[in-house]
Amino acid sequence: MTMKTHMKSVRGLGSAHSGTHHFWMQRVTATANVFLSIAFIIILIKAAGSDYEAAKALVASPLVAIAMILFVVSGIYHMHLGMQVIIEDYVHTENFKIPLVMGNKFFSIVIGLSCIYAVLTLSFGG
Amino acid sequence: MTDVDLKGKRPLSPHLQIYRPMLTMTMSIVHRITGAALYFGTVLLAYWLIALASGPEAFDTAQAIFGSWIGRLVLFGYTWALLNHMLGGFRHFIWDFGLGFGEQEREWLARLTLGGGLILTALVWIIAYSVL
Ligand code: HEM
Ligand code: HEM
Repeated sequence: MTMKTHMKSVRGLGSAHSGTHHFWMQRVTATANVFLSIAFIIILIKAAGSDYEAAKALVASPLVAIAMILFVVSGIYHMHLGMQVIIEDYVHTENFKIPLVMGNKFFSIVIGLSCIYAVLTLSFGG
Repeated sequence: MTDVDLKGKRPLSPHLQIYRPMLTMTMSIVHRITGAALYFGTVLLAYWLIALASGPEAFDTAQAIFGSWIGRLVLFGYTWALLNHMLGGFRHFIWDFGLGFGEQEREWLARLTLGGGLILTALVWIIAYSVL
């Protein structure tokens, strides 16, 4: 039993049912992405001309590995929120929207965890 | 009031084809398209990292794919998508502060996004090739 009126419990939550939380996290991760993307581009330029041993040593070195993992976490969270917005903008029937929103989550988690697993494997001497 | 046909006579908002194409609307949809391209492109990053973690053979295959002309073209496109999307994000940040909505400002922000994205992409690749 709650004393809140119905209006009080929905006000500010909007059609996404979670208010502006996604919007705000999109901004937070976007800000982080600016710095992490630049680091990412520099790392990839360094890795581009490398042979196997050099590329492995590069990605395994602590600062590079940390930057890569941060980029993956922030980038994946950001792109997951962004793709959900795109889905919600264009898909209006729940039958399609729910599987797509769910698929978006699966894709993001699979890609994110694969990247992090690979980086950690290299760091811990795989 | 009872004989008003609410369904049939509702005003329709004009469809997209009605509007003359403008740079601002183009850069708006480009932000969304680059976001989606970056989204699917993360598969390439995952593949490259997994190949590196799998050993020299897998890694050499990956390097051969990314080093081929079509691989380079895709990576070039990815660089542009990332940098253009980043500048498009700056545009959103400016708007989030309630700034940059004037007629001139909108136009300039769109131009700077487009031009800046191309220039930064060229710069990254010039640096990359001079390092190789
Ligand atoms: C480089 C730094 C980045 C910045 C500054 C940035 C900024 C932004 C901002 C502000 C939005 C929200 C746009 C809106 O409210 O309509 C957005 C949307 C989006 N971003 Fe990013 N982003 C960056 C990197 C990335 C990366 C690396 C990815 C994917 C791997 C990505 C994927 C997306 C997607 C899919 C959307 C949704 C597009 C839309 O709703 O139109 N972004 N980005
Ligand atoms: C070719 C023309 C157009 C394109 C390519 C376009 C594209 C987009 C895109 C990609 C977004 C979401 C990302 C962003 O905020 O940047 C958006 C948002 C929006 N568009 Fe458009 N649009 C066009 C025309 C219009 C027109 C004619 C109207 C109104 C009559 C309109 C009203 C809106 C509104 C209100 C939003 C904000 C929705 C929100 O943030 O919740 N757009 N548009």
